[in-house]
Amino acid sequence: MLDNLQATAEAWPFLVQGLWVTIQLTVLGSALSLVLAVVLGLMAGASNKALAIPGRIIIEFFRGTSLVVQLFFIFFVLPQLGVELPGMVVGVLALGLNYGAYSAEVVRGSIASVPRGQWEATTALSMSPVHRMRRVIFPQAWALMIPSLASLMVHLLKGTAIVSVILLRDFTFYLDQLTRQTDTFWAYAAVGLVGYFLLALILTLFMNALEARAKHRLGRGPSLREVLSPTPTNKNSLSTAGGGV
Amino acid sequence: MEKRFGDNVVLKDLNFHVNKGERVTLIGPSGSGKTTILRLVMTLEEATDGMILIDGDPLTHRITGGKRVRLSNKEIKKTRTRIGMVFQQFNLFPNMTVLENITESPIHVLGQSKAEARAKAKDLLHKVGLDDKADAHPSSLSGGQQQRVAIARALAMDPEILLLDEVTSALDPEIVDEVLGILRNIADTTDITMLIVTHEMQFARDVSDRVLMFDGGAIVEDADPHTMFTAPTHDRTKKFLRAVLGEGQIGTR
Amino acid sequence: MQNQNPAWDWDIAFRALPEILEGFLTVTLLVTVVSTLIAAALGLVWAMIIRLAPQPISGIVKWVVSFIRMTPIVVQLLFAYYTFLMFDSITIGIVVFGIHYSTYMSEVYRAGIDAVPPGQWEATTALSMSTRRTWTAVVIPQALRATVPALGNYAISMFKDTPFLLVIGVVEMVNAAQIFGGNNFRYVEAITLAGIIFLLASYPTSVLVRRLEKRLAYAY
Repeated sequence: MLDNLQATAEAWPFLVQGLWVTIQLTVLGSALSLVLAVVLGLMAGASNKALAIPGRIIIEFFRGTSLVVQLFFIFFVLPQLGVELPGMVVGVLALGLNYGAYSAEVVRGSIASVPRGQWEATTALSMSPVHRMRRVIFPQAWALMIPSLASLMVHLLKGTAIVSVILLRDFTFYLDQLTRQTDTFWAYAAVGLVGYFLLALILTLFMNALEARAKHRLGRGPSLREVLSPTPTNKNSLSTAGGGV
Repeated sequence: MEKRFGDNVVLKDLNFHVNKGERVTLIGPSGSGKTTILRLVMTLEEATDGMILIDGDPLTHRITGGKRVRLSNKEIKKTRTRIGMVFQQFNLFPNMTVLENITESPIHVLGQSKAEARAKAKDLLHKVGLDDKADAHPSSLSGGQQQRVAIARALAMDPEILLLDEVTSALDPEIVDEVLGILRNIADTTDITMLIVTHEMQFARDVSDRVLMFDGGAIVEDADPHTMFTAPTHDRTKKFLRAVLGEGQIGTR
Repeated sequence: MQNQNPAWDWDIAFRALPEILEGFLTVTLLVTVVSTLIAAALGLVWAMIIRLAPQPISGIVKWVVSFIRMTPIVVQLLFAYYTFLMFDSITIGIVVFGIHYSTYMSEVYRAGIDAVPPGQWEATTALSMSTRRTWTAVVIPQALRATVPALGNYAISMFKDTPFLLVIGVVEMVNAAQIFGGNNFRYVEAITLAGIIFLLASYPTSVLVRRLEKRLAYAY
């Protein structure tokens, strides 16, 4: 045990470096996926078929082919077609595209859940489609979509662990290294799983706070209160509108 | 201003018109089509046949070369900004304050300056008796207060026609009178054309120039309030009023 | 290798296909099916323990389930494979996937059980039904109605997660594609084929599951 602790302490700088790569992948990947989610979600939910159909196709394409396929495609195939991207970009792109497609379903579903009356009120006030989406519909849909988006973000975090196969030195990569100095139980479980768990917890707490704030803005709930729960506030476990991730 | 309808499906071969500044109340049992009329005028729904004309201008469809043709969204919007609506469920925007709710469209649709819109909004809030609630959130207001804000919001657009869809049906009985008082005020102090769907018969009698009785998607009777409520001619009307008002007649206030 | 011409070589595609399909049929499908069954069964066990067992057991199980659910499958695979050296990679893969997804299923069951109307529980009390009968005859059958579509969706999810197995050397479909690509210095056909097979398998299935979900929803 003490040997393990010592070995870990020695490896600490590397572990932190790997952790940082993982965090970057998570944050950047989530940012990209959020942007794509909003764009694709709005497209897929639009009444204009010229937008809805391509949107739907792109979403189903990236949901239906798997993350690793997309990762390998960007990493192995694109260079053969002349496009070579640095490792971090490959990772962020694959994660963003894949989870962006799943998130798009969440965005689309949340927008569709905003009560009819709100849409009608915007018509009565002659608001243009862009105006009403920006000022009325999306702000309300935002509060609805946060729990599911939070859940997907945790999935994204878990997905980052695969990037070591494309030679990115993330947290998992350095965990592999650590097993040489310690044993596999210590490295993978005590340090590794616990480390990822803590990251996931922080992420969840952050999203919960975001949700509390969004709800408060809508006058629906107390102002920022601390939620100490390991489970994301996902009320929708049964309904798998996002295709079930 | 006139409105002419002529359409099928839920409303059968409907044809009537309303003059500028007129206050018309639509009464009748649920499902008789009276709310549908309001929704058609507000372009929340579209008629399958026929046309609606506002002051001679077609609202959603016109006849060109003998065919019924739909106008472009831009054209529809132009005419529609002259119409406003207050809903049964208020439909205030929860992510904005009361003031923001009222000034939102005047600023972005009518192009008013922020200062102009706010001044007007404050004035309207005063008229509906909610001066101190300008920065409040809709969720902190009671139903009656929310509906008053909704009325102010609709008026902020300076509508020529105001549609009122059972605006007191979702309110507690004690609050209903407050809101009706405001509507009476509007009727007295402005010449906005008002199309009202309501179950409040006394109010209908006080405010309207004309009352239309609907049943099964058609107008069954069209009369001034006095005649309608004291001496209706049609059987359906008699039956309906009897059920709603009880055996006696309503007198004047 | 850079800039191979032409962009797509049918010859190579046809040569890649058998290896890729082999990975698909022998590993990908196998793991998906078996692990889904494990997940479905184990998930119910978790849900019932969490609901019925006394504290602290219930609380501990709840935390362990959350812990497993919120941590990466990749690391769990690595952990299990290198720690339990007596088992081969496919067995480890099946077990880890089964356990990991059982934690998702336990949430689904929990929600399904919660969705059974309180009136049902009250009726069983009024009829003096035993706990066992209450669960087996009344609660579980109703809870299961909504869990079937969710199970379907997680199965599809798991199917798309099977490539994670390559970190412990399992040659499932994508690994097979990568190996082929490495051996022949051309990746585009192999990877694309793998992607197409995923799409062909998962999209129609998810459409079916969505339809099933809608139909079961009416039945409620």
